[in-house]
Amino acid sequence: MNTLVKDRVRSLLDQQTHSGQHTRRKVSDLVARYGIAVGGVSVIVAVVLIFFYLLWVVLPIFQSAELERVNTSPIAGAKAPISHLSVDEYGEVGMRLEADGSLLFYSLDDGRTLEQAQLPLAPGETVVSTTEANDQGLLGVVLSSGRILLVEEKYDISYPDGERLITPGLAWPFGEAGIELMPAGEEPVSFTARVWGDGALLVAQSASGELFSKIFTIEESFLDESLELSLVGEFQTPVSLRADYLLASDGPGWLYAIGADGAVQAFRFAEGTWQLNESKRLVSRGTEISEVRFLLGHQSLLVGDSSGRVAQWFPVRGDAGFELTHIRDFQLGNAAIRNILPESRRKGFIAIGEQGQLGVFYTTSGRSLLEHQLDAPPGAVALSSRGSALSMIGAEGNSLLWYLDNQHPEISWSSLWNEVWYESYEEPGYTWQSSASTNDFEPKFSLVPLSFGTLKAAFYAMLFAVPLAIFGAIFTAYFMSPRMRNAVKPTVEIMEALPTVILGFLAGLWLAPLIEENLAGTFMIFLFLPLAVILFGFLWSQLPKTFLQRIPDGWQAAILIPVIIAFVWLAMSLSSPVENTFFGGNMPAWVSQSMGLNFDQRNSIVVGIAMGFAVIPTIFSITEDAIFSVPRHLTNGSLALGASPWQTLTRVVLPTASPGIFSALMIGLGRAVGETMIVLMATGNTPIMDMNIFEGMRTLSANIAVEMPESAVGSSHYRVLFLAAFVLFLFTFVVNTVAEVIRQRLRGKYGSL
Amino acid sequence: MNRKFFQGGNHWVWLNAGAVSISIIMVVGLLLLIAVRGLSHFWPAQVHQFVLTQDGEQLIVAGEIHSEEEGEQRDGSYRRQYLIKQGNRDVFGADFRWINRANIQRHHLPEDMVVLERREWGNLYGRLARLQIDGEWLESPSSTQLQQVIDRALDLHDQIKDIESDEIGAINYQLEQLRLDERRLELEGELTAEALARLEAERAGLNQEFAGYQEQLTGLYQAINRDAAEFTLVNGAQKQVQAATMVRAYQPNAMTWVDKIGFYFIKIGEFIFDDPREANTEGGVFPAIFGTVLMVILMAIVVTPLGVIAAIYLREYAKQGFMTRLIRIAVNNLAGVPSIVYGVFGLGFFVYFLGGSIDDLFYAEAKPAPTFGTPGLFWASLTLALLTLPVVIVSTEEGLSRIPKSLREGSLALGATKFETLWRTVLPMASPAMMTGLILAVARAAGEVAPLMLVGVVKLAPTLPLDFNAPFLHLDRKFMHLGFHIYDVGFQSPNVEAARPLVYATALLLVLIILLLNLAAIRIRNNLREKYKSLEQ
Repeated sequence: MNTLVKDRVRSLLDQQTHSGQHTRRKVSDLVARYGIAVGGVSVIVAVVLIFFYLLWVVLPIFQSAELERVNTSPIAGAKAPISHLSVDEYGEVGMRLEADGSLLFYSLDDGRTLEQAQLPLAPGETVVSTTEANDQGLLGVVLSSGRILLVEEKYDISYPDGERLITPGLAWPFGEAGIELMPAGEEPVSFTARVWGDGALLVAQSASGELFSKIFTIEESFLDESLELSLVGEFQTPVSLRADYLLASDGPGWLYAIGADGAVQAFRFAEGTWQLNESKRLVSRGTEISEVRFLLGHQSLLVGDSSGRVAQWFPVRGDAGFELTHIRDFQLGNAAIRNILPESRRKGFIAIGEQGQLGVFYTTSGRSLLEHQLDAPPGAVALSSRGSALSMIGAEGNSLLWYLDNQHPEISWSSLWNEVWYESYEEPGYTWQSSASTNDFEPKFSLVPLSFGTLKAAFYAMLFAVPLAIFGAIFTAYFMSPRMRNAVKPTVEIMEALPTVILGFLAGLWLAPLIEENLAGTFMIFLFLPLAVILFGFLWSQLPKTFLQRIPDGWQAAILIPVIIAFVWLAMSLSSPVENTFFGGNMPAWVSQSMGLNFDQRNSIVVGIAMGFAVIPTIFSITEDAIFSVPRHLTNGSLALGASPWQTLTRVVLPTASPGIFSALMIGLGRAVGETMIVLMATGNTPIMDMNIFEGMRTLSANIAVEMPESAVGSSHYRVLFLAAFVLFLFTFVVNTVAEVIRQRLRGKYGSL
Repeated sequence: MNRKFFQGGNHWVWLNAGAVSISIIMVVGLLLLIAVRGLSHFWPAQVHQFVLTQDGEQLIVAGEIHSEEEGEQRDGSYRRQYLIKQGNRDVFGADFRWINRANIQRHHLPEDMVVLERREWGNLYGRLARLQIDGEWLESPSSTQLQQVIDRALDLHDQIKDIESDEIGAINYQLEQLRLDERRLELEGELTAEALARLEAERAGLNQEFAGYQEQLTGLYQAINRDAAEFTLVNGAQKQVQAATMVRAYQPNAMTWVDKIGFYFIKIGEFIFDDPREANTEGGVFPAIFGTVLMVILMAIVVTPLGVIAAIYLREYAKQGFMTRLIRIAVNNLAGVPSIVYGVFGLGFFVYFLGGSIDDLFYAEAKPAPTFGTPGLFWASLTLALLTLPVVIVSTEEGLSRIPKSLREGSLALGATKFETLWRTVLPMASPAMMTGLILAVARAAGEVAPLMLVGVVKLAPTLPLDFNAPFLHLDRKFMHLGFHIYDVGFQSPNVEAARPLVYATALLLVLIILLLNLAAIRIRNNLREKYKSLEQ
């Protein structure tokens, strides 16, 4: 037997010393060392990746725009002067209209002619001015005779032989004959036209100062599906100024006559006629208006003046009806503004000054995205409807093509966190409204209501959870009998493990109706349950000593369970009588009528309780840990000096454990801030800013869950949602780090004690 | 005496005790609530028949009593009222109606009342009037005959479903693969006439197979549509129901206790093993259970090695100092980062960035339809793996730190290398800790919903992610999940009231799974502590 073992050991030793074996072991040790190091480090790197990836997605929203000159090419067959310049959606084809009615489509690539056409002008007629009548390329042209043509630029895309080919051309949706707007002999000075889904409006001022307008409805002919304009109203409106700029919105709605001296007369179409709404000045004396355009949506006026300022104005509803109100300014150099080019899909615009300064701006965010000095101010300029191509006619009649890269102008630091005055709002405010059905909608990306909702939800949750968790932890760690503690701790762990989707579901579908029905009872529980517990404790202490001595210490919590259940039952059954006596039978109705507060069924009470439930175990466990690990000799010393257990707790234990309790609160707060499912299910998810306990909220996390699946990848909306996630990430990371550092300090302290 | 109570701070002690009691009551109460509501869902409720007088007219209503409450009446007063599940949504327009208790004249439990579960329009409550078997109308049939008709229809329905989802599903899958093959060859410029002919031949073969199944189906459909039944509803109307749309018929008022218990377990079986019906508000949750389990398994496969390696590195290999402290803080913090942030990261990084790149490289033929560039099972598993990584790391590290130094030193002193010590001595002893971490991770992942909503969960997945078509496990497919099922059915479904009992049952199932996992983890951990205590002595 002994020899056998010896042999075995010897053979093992032989194997070990055998050099091949030895190197293999060494290699495998090395491989493991570096493999594990690489694996470990890469896991940790992956964690850091989250931070940087979120940042990487968010950062583009703060980038400014970029302008790049693509080419300059002479235009074959071009004549001056130019009446109108436009460009197709993709920035590939340009169109110029001369005063004599000849039209030229040319390639922006090399300037070669693609198509030529001639507007049907009578002899002696010339083009006076043009206007874009809708966003689909319909052009309103007023001729010197007062006749108006509505012509549509068409860019058909086809793929012969797999190559993309754009065929430009003209279409006449309302016929080529044109429309007479003013009596014969009147000469048009300024003009505007609007065509919308089922109607059209033509307005012009004649040299005599009268404003002539016609309103049509559009009817589809049954025979050939062609469109027909039928006149429904014809107006002659006197104006007291020379309207260098005429602007009208769809509907018809507003009509602005603006003089270069800064005077404006605003008309509203109401009760079947134009009514003067107000007259005012848009610029201070000494400056002159040099260009006015509508922003997308035809609500805001962009007023460029001789000092290089572009001001945004829109009508705001006040006590005395609508008033044209100055909203914000954009400054571009100090020379007069020559062109304003509103984008046709967003609320941004490009302005060009008299000295060739070019600026890219965005109204909602108030951003000035780019300033660029051109060699010379262009003769004419047009922006593609995608807002990505800028076509100019240079000083020598050349075509200049620029590409504009302007991805996320909608968002700025101040539009995320400050008050913004949105169109058709009565005053500046914080609003989150990311999408709507119309395409001229102004997205409202303010993170303030969401952050407010997040903090509100966390506040009510903490209000509910902190007393319960900390008091409970104190009792469990310090007063409770060890046997009961062994049962309580797993219960709390199970509480922590409950999926929040279940808490949210119960909160939304069970608790919310229950609380609404027994609102008075709920408040009674919150107010009187602590008193009831103390009262019971007092009565208990009055019981005969002989009885009390038979009950072991540290079981108060178990004794209280039936008491609390009984009290809750009592409060709930008293709820109805109390509501009948004091609140007219229905407390929610009383709240909204007598207190003037909105009442939602899924309100902050529900969220507070449900999310409090989710937070309690986190705070409880850490606090309990902190209190329990206070060294025993400290408490024993205090008790030996004659302090009562409670005095020992408040004077000795809690001060020692306070950093731990603080870190528990921080971690609990972090959890409440980031919780998603409970708020999603237990609130109405309306982004309001109100501390009202009877209303819900929308939190950052719930907002992400609701909107992320439907946001387009790479859009501003998508990136703002990433920003919301980044804010959550940073917030919880900071809060948790503080808590963790404090906890580690605390451990060091106990070590020294 | 009184002053002593308050001076000694005893009232505070009682208040603290109250806080513990409230927490315990809340947890236990919540579990009981879910258990009672979830389990009672399967019990066959009795069908009451009420004779009411309302506005001077007599009215007969029959159905299950769903709930009872004080409701506001038209005149503003409050009266006791019942919410009755009257069913027959196709006839009455709504599943539920309120009846005022004061209006009830008579009420009894008719034994011949039949509850018929259907594939659409919810339950039917009525009396069996006639039965059509093989084209012939049978007056006053027995319930056994109805049962035979239903059994036959169910059998045929199963056959149809087998063919439609399995056989034809497989053919469709192969046809799609052929289309992708063709497109791939075209993209690579290798679509020769030869290859095209081969593809065409395969396609023709599949189409022929398809036609064969189609023929079989036609026969089966004819057979299943043979029978029908006619019921007399409580308002006297006659309602004909095709046998093909019947799921189950029973007469709850005539059932004995034994019948009811049997029925109860059949219903539980249906709940766990069947597919959902009627926009998830009826039937079972099998796909959701399957999806949850599969996702969690995949997650565990990813997270365990990563978490364990990271923990080993931190505890055994990295030089302990400022850096490791920093990393530990970071890892601990990650456990506190909101789960929705992981969802956002998963969607952006895994789905759009990684998935988009994978599609560009390997699945160009399927474009523009994304393969991996869209939320799916794999990305969901990875996202949750990232989310639960801290749990595994922390737990494993704790286990490693509890192993006495003397054991390591003993092993090293005997000449073992560091890796051998780790592999043979340390890891086996730390395995229960890893197990605990894994179980906690699984429990957390099974209950997490918010990130999944972004990276791959759907309300109704047409196919399971695991089937008999190569490559069998379809990581790119979307899947169903118990937690999301609760949210979706409870909050997004058109018929919330009818679906609510099912949601409670689903919640109960989820809670049970998670409780079991957690209790297992707690037990393993406690055993582990005992074991090391004895080692340290």
